[in-house]
Amino acid sequence: MYRYDEFDATFVHERVEQFRDQVARRLSGELTEEEFKPLRLMNGLYLQLHAYMLRVAIPYGTLSGTQMRRLAHIARTYDKGFGHFTTRQNIQYNWPTLEDAPRILEELAEVEMHAIQTSGNCIRNTTADPYAGAIKDEVEDPRIASEVIRQWSSLHPEFSFLPRKFKIAVTGTTHDRAAVKVHDIGLVIKRNAAGEVGFEVLVGGGQGRTPMIAKTIRDFLPKQYLLSYLEAILRVYNMLGRRDNKYKARIKILVHETGIEELSRLVEAEWESLSRETTVDLPRAEYERIAAYFEPPDLAPAEASSAAFEAAQQEDRDFRHWVRTNVKEHKVDGYAVVDISLKPIGGVPGDATADQMDLVADLAERYSQDELRVTHGQNLVLAHVAKDDLHALFKELAGAGLATANSRLVSDIIACPGLDYCALANARSIPIAQDISRRFDSLDRQFDIGPLEIKISGCINACGHHHVGHIGILGVDRKGTEYYQLTLGGRADENAAIGKILGPAFDADGVVDAVETIVDTYLEERRGPDETFLDAVERLGFQPFKDRLYPQKQAAA
Amino acid sequence: MALIKNGRLTADRWHLYEDDAPLQPDIPAIVSLARFKAERDALLRAHADLGVRLEPGETPDAIADDLDRLSVIALNFPSFTDGRAYSYARLLRERHGYKGEVRAVGNVLRDQYLFMARAGFDAFEVKEGESAEAFLAATKAVTNAYQRATDTRRPIWELRGAQPAIAAAAE
Ligand code: SF4
Repeated sequence: MYRYDEFDATFVHERVEQFRDQVARRLSGELTEEEFKPLRLMNGLYLQLHAYMLRVAIPYGTLSGTQMRRLAHIARTYDKGFGHFTTRQNIQYNWPTLEDAPRILEELAEVEMHAIQTSGNCIRNTTADPYAGAIKDEVEDPRIASEVIRQWSSLHPEFSFLPRKFKIAVTGTTHDRAAVKVHDIGLVIKRNAAGEVGFEVLVGGGQGRTPMIAKTIRDFLPKQYLLSYLEAILRVYNMLGRRDNKYKARIKILVHETGIEELSRLVEAEWESLSRETTVDLPRAEYERIAAYFEPPDLAPAEASSAAFEAAQQEDRDFRHWVRTNVKEHKVDGYAVVDISLKPIGGVPGDATADQMDLVADLAERYSQDELRVTHGQNLVLAHVAKDDLHALFKELAGAGLATANSRLVSDIIACPGLDYCALANARSIPIAQDISRRFDSLDRQFDIGPLEIKISGCINACGHHHVGHIGILGVDRKGTEYYQLTLGGRADENAAIGKILGPAFDADGVVDAVETIVDTYLEERRGPDETFLDAVERLGFQPFKDRLYPQKQAAA
Repeated sequence: MALIKNGRLTADRWHLYEDDAPLQPDIPAIVSLARFKAERDALLRAHADLGVRLEPGETPDAIADDLDRLSVIALNFPSFTDGRAYSYARLLRERHGYKGEVRAVGNVLRDQYLFMARAGFDAFEVKEGESAEAFLAATKAVTNAYQRATDTRRPIWELRGAQPAIAAAAE
C-alpha cells in the first residue's frame, strides 16, 4: 500500500497546523460559526444533531494494521468507544469535541491519514473496488489511479469551490464492486484493441432526489492522460454546473440538461486546449513510483485446495457457512479474500467498537499482509488470507462477534445514520435495519433467499443508497410521523439501475412486515433457487408484489 | 476596502464604477462587462487605464479581443462558495496569456488566498483592517502543492525528481 514520503507527510502536517489555527480563532470568537463552517468542512468536521461529527478519509478503502489501531485509539480516547464505517469507505466519529479535533487530526497525520476533503463542495475521497489487487481478471489495481487522483485533487486551487460535492470511483474489473455508475465520475480500467491500459470514463451518476445512472463520456482514455482529462471535466463542470439550486448542482443535472454528446464535445475541446497550455499529467516515472506501492504481495505458493481447510469445513458447521458466504476466490491458488461482516444480527450496520478494530488490526498483520479494506457495503475485507489460516481466523473473528455469515445476504443491510444522528433526517434508519435483520436471523432462511441487498436512507439525500437497493427503503415524514417508502429492482453493479417505487409508504412496524411479504412473495413465485431475487423481479414485474402488499387496493379495483 | 497586491497592502488607485455613475476621465476605472460592451469605444478613448469586472457566468471569452487594452480584470465573488472565478483566472492567464492585474473582489477571505494566488490572482480586495502579514501567512500555510497551476510552484511530482511528461495533445 502507499506510504507517505517527506512531501506527503509535510503536506498533511501543515494542514493540521492550519486547522489548529482556525479552531483557535473560532474558540476565541475571532471567527463566527458562519465563517468557520467552510473551514471545518474542508477538514471533515460536521455539526450534527447532538454533537460534532468527524469524517476521516480512508483513501480507496485501504489501511494498514497500524492505521486501524490508531482509528481504534481515537474511538476510545475522543469518542464513545466506537466508529462508523460509511458507504464511501470513510470512518465517522459521532462524538468528538471541537477542542479535540486538531489533536485527532494530528494523531491521524502520524499514521499517514487525514480528513482533508471528506466534506464540502470539492473532490471527495476516491473510492475503489475493495477486492483490488486480489481478484482474477483485474486489468490494473484501481488503487493506483485512486492514489494519483487523491494527490492531484488535494487542495486543488481551481476545484475547491465547485457547485457541489464531487465523487469519483474506480474499478479494475468488469464486475463492479465500487458502484462506479452512481458516482459523479466512474472510471473502469480496461484494455483497448491494441492492448494498452486506459479508462472508460463515465460521468453524471448519482443518487439523492434525482437519481441517475452515469453515461459514458469517453470509451477509452489512455491512462497517461487521466489527470488532464479529469481536469477538463472538472473545469467544464465548475464553470457550467448550476449554482442556483443545490439540488440541481451535481454534474448529473448538467449531463441531463446539456446532453452527454454536447457535454462530451465541450470536455474534449477543453481537454485539447488545456493540454497545450499546461502539464497536468504525471510523468510516467511518477505514475510508476506510485504503482510500485501496489505491487501484489509476495504470497508463498500453496496448493489450490488444502486438506486442513476442507477438514475444518467438515467438522465445523458455522465455519462451513461462513466460508460459503464470506470467503471469495483469490487470484493466487491457496489464498482467499475474506469479508468481515459489520452487520451482526440486530447490530448497527457499519459500526465497530475500538476493541473490534484493534483485533482486526492484529488479524490483518498476522493473516493478511498487514492490509485491510473498507467496503462500499460498510464491511471490512482481509484481501490475502492463506486458506490454511481461514479456520483460525474465523475462530478469532467469531470470538469478537465479527464472523456473521451474511455477506450480500438479506441481513447485510446498508443504512445511513438517519434520525439517530443526522440533522437532515426524516426518519430513523438504524432501528429499521436492526428489526429487519432480526426478522431474518435464521441463516437457513437467508441461504434460501440468496443474494438480496437491502439499503435504507433516512431522507431523500440517499446516503444509504436506497435507490440502488434490490429493496430500497426511504424514510419520509408524514405530519411528524416516520414513514417508509419501498422501491424494488435497484442495483449498484455493472448493470446499475434505479429502483422504482412500489406503492404507498408504511409506518415503522409495517415496513418490516412489508419487506418480509416481498421476500415471501419472491420465494413463492421464483422458478427455483437459481432464480435470484433480482431476476425474479425482472421476470415478474411489480404486480405480484403489489397484490400481496396492498390487498385492499386489489379488492377495491 | 483595502488592496493587497504582490503580498503588500497598497493604496488602490482604481475606482469601481456603478453602471449609472458618470465616469471621471482621469481616474483609472473598472466597469462592468455590460457597461464595457455598451460604451466600449468611448471608454477606451477616454481611459488609458481601464479595467473590466466579470461576474460569475461572464467568462473571459467575452473580452478576449480587448484584453491587451485592459489593465485590470476584476473577478467578483458575490459569495465565497461560488468558485467559477478560479477557472476564469486560470483561463485569463493560461489560455489568453493575460499579463495585467487579475483582482479578486467581493467576498474574499483569508483562507482562500492560497487557492486564489495559485489560480492566477495577483491582487485582492480585502476587508479594512486585514493585514498583509495574515495574507502572507495564509499563502505559506502549505508549502508545496500536488498539482501544477498558474503560479510558479513546481508540483510535488516534479520536486520528487521526475521530469515532466511531454505534453501530448489529445489525439
Ligand atoms: S440520507 Fe438523509 S438522513 Fe440519512 S445520513 Fe443522509 S442526509 Fe442524513
